[in-house]
Amino acid sequence: MSPAVLEVTGVSKRFGGLQALSEVSIRIQPGQIYGLIGPNGAGKTTFFNVITGLYTPDSGTFMLGGEPYRPTAVHEVAKAGIARTFQNIRLFPDMTVLENVMVGRHARTRSGLFGAVFRTKAFKDEEAGITQRARELLAYVGIPGFADYKARTLSYGDQRRLEIARALATDPKVLALDEPAAGMNATEKVVLRQLIDRIRNDGRAVLLIEHDVKLVMGLCDGVTVLDHGKQIAEGTPAQVQANEAVIEAYLGHGHGQKAVAP
Amino acid sequence: MKLHQHSLATFAAAAVALFVLPLLVQPFGDGWVRIIDAALLYVLLALGLNIVVGYAGLLDLGYVAFYAVGAYLFALVASPHLLTTFPALKAYFPNGLHTSLWLVVPLGACVAGLFGVLLGAPTLKLRGDYLAIVTLGFGEIIRELVTNLNKPVNLTNGAQGLANIDAARVFGIELHRTKQVFGFEISGVTQYYYLFLLLVLASVFVCYRLERSRIGRAWMAIREDEIAAKAMGINTRDMKLLAFGAGATFGGVSGVMFASFQRFVSPESFALNESVMIVAMVVLGGLGHIPGVILGALLLAALPETLRYVAGPLQEMSGGRLDASILRQLLISSAMIAIMLMRPRGLWPAPEHGKAGAPKGGQA
Repeated sequence: MSPAVLEVTGVSKRFGGLQALSEVSIRIQPGQIYGLIGPNGAGKTTFFNVITGLYTPDSGTFMLGGEPYRPTAVHEVAKAGIARTFQNIRLFPDMTVLENVMVGRHARTRSGLFGAVFRTKAFKDEEAGITQRARELLAYVGIPGFADYKARTLSYGDQRRLEIARALATDPKVLALDEPAAGMNATEKVVLRQLIDRIRNDGRAVLLIEHDVKLVMGLCDGVTVLDHGKQIAEGTPAQVQANEAVIEAYLGHGHGQKAVAP
Repeated sequence: MKLHQHSLATFAAAAVALFVLPLLVQPFGDGWVRIIDAALLYVLLALGLNIVVGYAGLLDLGYVAFYAVGAYLFALVASPHLLTTFPALKAYFPNGLHTSLWLVVPLGACVAGLFGVLLGAPTLKLRGDYLAIVTLGFGEIIRELVTNLNKPVNLTNGAQGLANIDAARVFGIELHRTKQVFGFEISGVTQYYYLFLLLVLASVFVCYRLERSRIGRAWMAIREDEIAAKAMGINTRDMKLLAFGAGATFGGVSGVMFASFQRFVSPESFALNESVMIVAMVVLGGLGHIPGVILGALLLAALPETLRYVAGPLQEMSGGRLDASILRQLLISSAMIAIMLMRPRGLWPAPEHGKAGAPKGGQA
């Protein structure tokens, strides 16, 4: 087997009396879209927050690009190479679209106060690089014309694409998307699907948490299903779809062979 | 090309206007120039606070503490007080302590910056109202400290304050003395005006460049959404401390200037209402927008002084029943309420970048 981009094993997290995650493991290969699905309250977002450093896990080992990383601080995880988007979009609303993406370059650039005040050559070169990369990414996600608008003035679908561009600006090894299709209409979903597909084809691994099972099944190379904090199935979309436990988790008892998905 | 010439002309006109302003005002009395000088100091303070509140979005209600640090620093190293308290030092300074401004300005900036980081560190996990309350406490602590540091060792001379502070001396020119230049009489306050103006221009330059840099963007990202900023790899702890430190630096420098200008410092110059006033300048002018902040500072600094001339006649009209100072307060507060009602984002807020409102397909 080729070395995994992201390999997380045995993650557990407890909130008081609630075991939110128990022994969850995933393994993402380079250039793969990996889906994480499950009914509401299954622990998807908790798992997501653990691997991105927002919550401290009770146990688990974490490997990114073959090297161990410790998900203890969110900004460290971003530097290590996992960039995320948020379930309820979190842009910098009063900054311009371009500035939003430029912020994404923060972790990969280094100029400080001195460079900023005296506009050293290094600062200028770096700044030009940041701007150029940000513009490229806006074009990549398909919103090149909105660079000078305030982020909050964009439509919902465009805000989501901007969030993806901003995440890509951190040059992540893994792009983690938390329910990117939530609240989107059918047309927006198609565009989003094309974008995620394109990101994979350009060789980047994507971790996708999604409610929209159709989207997950259509896009993903591998899927893990969570229910009540436990991993109940793992495999290709086809394998998972046929899994009894998954059907039961989604539809309850007695739906054995009838349905595929909600 | 035409546009370029146009902006160049505006620039030249502004430069000339700023240069001749005190010379024009001077004949009406030094008091008027003094008001402008004080207003420039407030501009300096407001620019510094704008880094903390406007860029990084950290509401700091104790900003005057850094002003006090700078002022007391200069007062201590450029007045006879320290040598009176520690006679043993006299042997080293036979001519008395007269530390050069060139040394004290960077020192004041550094010490105030250090205080900024120190006071910022415990507040890192706090946000909004809670942060405001803690910083407010810090402002009061510094004021109480300088009020009470007169025993067991008399370091700050307590509530009586420190007097006989050296005037600013730049290239051997003592700024407080009236001079004859080409037959013109240039009074002390006018010379201070030029010094303060230079500092304000330098500060605007620094702020402007910080705003358009990686650091500035990181500050604004924290202001807009701290969690998203972290997810972009921004070390919010370091960036917040940097904002506190950088902002405090401006406070320290203006404190040094204040001490050399007034030549007397006492704790009452650094009361809570000063902090509130500086916050009001930043908010009233336009959070995070340099021209707005300058306008707010000039207006709020000059307004109370100018209103003296309005409040007096009003007092007479009421047959002396209304106290002039109360009337003045009343007028200032009504002006502030009116501005905030009519222009909730400040007098001169940052422009909306969008060329023609919302882009195509944009829905609220």
